[in-house]
Amino acid sequence: MNETAHIEHRDYVGAKLGMWLFLFTEILLFGGMFLVYSVYREVNTADFHEAGMEMNMTIGAINTLILLTSSLTMALSIAAIKRAAKMRSILFQAVTIILGIAFLVNKYFEWSDHIRHGFYPDSPKLLAMSHGKILFFGLYYVMTGIHALHVVIGISIIGFILILTLRDSVSGTDYVKLENAGLFWHLVDVIWIYLFPLFYLIL
Amino acid sequence: MEQKQEERAHVPTQVFVIVWIALLCLTGLTIKAAQMKMGEWSMVANIAIASAKASLVLWFFMHLKYEKRLFKLLIFVPIITVSIIIVLTFFDIWYR
Repeated sequence: MNETAHIEHRDYVGAKLGMWLFLFTEILLFGGMFLVYSVYREVNTADFHEAGMEMNMTIGAINTLILLTSSLTMALSIAAIKRAAKMRSILFQAVTIILGIAFLVNKYFEWSDHIRHGFYPDSPKLLAMSHGKILFFGLYYVMTGIHALHVVIGISIIGFILILTLRDSVSGTDYVKLENAGLFWHLVDVIWIYLFPLFYLIL
Repeated sequence: MEQKQEERAHVPTQVFVIVWIALLCLTGLTIKAAQMKMGEWSMVANIAIASAKASLVLWFFMHLKYEKRLFKLLIFVPIITVSIIIVLTFFDIWYR
């Protein structure tokens, strides 16, 4: 038997290119929602302005801080695995997961607060309001909801990669899975970077 | 087979920390810009700052700086696609 047949071939550039192509479809998914937001905002500027007053800017800012920091720890975990510092990489991955969970906990308090005030899809208080405000809250729940779903998926992926790193399936010589998980996590961060001003700041 | 590409790019940890600090500063700036009540200009300022932040994340955290040229060019495909769709839609809204 040919000896070279035992050498496993891995296409790292292809793996990353595939991940980027997937991320492009994510950009188009959120891009479509940004389009809907910008059109409705253009048509209902005053309503969006008033509805935006209901948003808690502090929670939004804290969540921005959390996600930006989690992107840093994600980047550091990849930098660590490249230097074959396994435990350091695992530690940074764990911190990233914890920050992701903290983001969701914040989101939970934020949403419960809106629901307590009567702002949720189809709520009597909301339906009595103007068309533009209903649209604002609809877009708010859909866009931050789908984003939060991405955070949940991202946390699960990083958790999975953390186990692979523990088992040395992700290591200093083969870390493309961690890199791709990182790319997904950073994209979720990039989307939040735009969601934050759209819902919490532009008033 | 070892993962060789990028090997020349052992990015120092400080780079990531500096980018993170820059991102935090830009977040502070965007909040300040929103509070200045510049009307439509605050929208422009906020989107510009968000784009600067997104570029920092893409360029450094997502390693585009250290990738092959193919990756650097490809990212413009979705960005330009979304931009064209939004601009053309607004022509419809403004001039219909």
